[in-house]
Amino acid sequence: MITNSTADISGTGSLRTTRGVIVKFFEWFGNLTIFCARWARAIFTPPYEFREFVRQFDELGSKSLPLVALAGAATGIVLTLSTRDSLIRFGAKSFLPAVVVFSIIKESGPIITGLVVSGRAAAGIGAELGAMKVTEQIDAMEASAVNPYKFLVTTRVLACMLMLPLLTLVADFCGIVMGWVANTAAEPISLRLFVHDGLKDVTFNDFLPPTLKTVVFGLLIGIISCFQGMRATGGTEGVERAATNSVVLASLFIILADVLLVRLILVFFS
Amino acid sequence: MLSRQPKTSSTPPIQVQLLSKSFGEQTVLNGISLEVAQGETLAVLGRSGTGKSVLLKLIIGLHQPDAGSIRVHGEEVTNLSLKELNEVRKKVGFLFQQAALYDSLTVEENVAFPLRRHTRMSDDERIERVRELLRSVGMDQDGHKLPAQLSGGMQKRVGLARALALEPDILLFDEPTAGLDPITAAETDALILRLQKERHMASVVVTHDIRGARAVSDRLALMRDGEILIEGTFEDLQKSRDPFVMQFLNGS
Repeated sequence: MITNSTADISGTGSLRTTRGVIVKFFEWFGNLTIFCARWARAIFTPPYEFREFVRQFDELGSKSLPLVALAGAATGIVLTLSTRDSLIRFGAKSFLPAVVVFSIIKESGPIITGLVVSGRAAAGIGAELGAMKVTEQIDAMEASAVNPYKFLVTTRVLACMLMLPLLTLVADFCGIVMGWVANTAAEPISLRLFVHDGLKDVTFNDFLPPTLKTVVFGLLIGIISCFQGMRATGGTEGVERAATNSVVLASLFIILADVLLVRLILVFFS
Repeated sequence: MLSRQPKTSSTPPIQVQLLSKSFGEQTVLNGISLEVAQGETLAVLGRSGTGKSVLLKLIIGLHQPDAGSIRVHGEEVTNLSLKELNEVRKKVGFLFQQAALYDSLTVEENVAFPLRRHTRMSDDERIERVRELLRSVGMDQDGHKLPAQLSGGMQKRVGLARALALEPDILLFDEPTAGLDPITAAETDALILRLQKERHMASVVVTHDIRGARAVSDRLALMRDGEILIEGTFEDLQKSRDPFVMQFLNGS
């Protein structure tokens, strides 16, 4: 009897916990939807915060560029070393430049850029806006009759959306060049020949859609980090939570969005 | 149905009627009413966590009330669109508890922030206006510094200069002397008093510092459990036999 009632209590407790998690999940999505609607309205309503947009664009680019270049370069090296070994086994070594270039421009470059910027910028935006929220700076902005969705959110989201494709080009470039370096270290080949072999079958459909899909990654990074930052509560702990959640959720959503976008690109641009 | 009333010269700039606000299960304000006339300063006193700051944020539309009416210059702020609300906010200065200066901007840029967005001043005019505002609060030598390089008292002065930037006729002070040493607190009170005399604004000062409240205000309202327990001059409060009022005034 005692065992049964304990089981009942424990069962009710876990049911309540599950219900709580589900309610919180839908609440989060509902608030995110409202946030997106306010952001969308702010984009199209003047005045436009052009100076702040340029500042955010510059800051995001200058701070993310070294990391993206390094990550792109490392990806190019790793891809070349591991692919070269496999291709030699199958007697298809001459395909190496094409495999490296295709891998980088179609998938590795965009996703690596998305994830690196997510780690760098999403944490920064989440922490910055979180700190502004808990120290009442966002309230002060509203009290000054300035719309924080326009000044803080729109500028950061647009900066992320426009900067991601540019950073992807940098990652692609560094990846291809370092892929050539890694290949040359094992078996010398001219850069010109490597690039020629790599790019000869590449079309705009191979290059443009994967590069431009990072606009969606930028949108996700910007929206999620701004959303998490602007709902921060509870002092430094809240700021830390906002920064961590921004990175985790932005990275997760980028990977999930990539699955969908790769499929869409295959359907429309193959 | 709450409606908008035209502004008349006799309408008090701030009118709050039967205002209630709860956060979840916790009732913060429970049907409070108050008025502040032009040129008058009302100090709202009470223990920490009694909803004093929430009252100020409701007045400026940063929170939505559950019930009641808030009129600023006759405009029912609870019914306004964001655009209309922003027009009201331009006439109201707000000094936040921790000054809430923008971390990434210098002192001058903080004060220039509302001017850049809501006036058509040239760069020279704006710089001159910012320096004049900083001079009026004794911070004209620190315009290039970042907020992190300033003490708490200095941050409050800059916050005050920013609140005055658009020449508001209403000023809301959230704990203007909290966290300051007694000398800096007295200097801040003197500054508030001087600015009020010069500019003849309607002000609400939220504080738990009875000395400061007495120094800067014409009337005081003491809050308890989300309601106004007593309202009047300091002398009126002193006459009260209510144990809470006596304890609050005497500090023991």
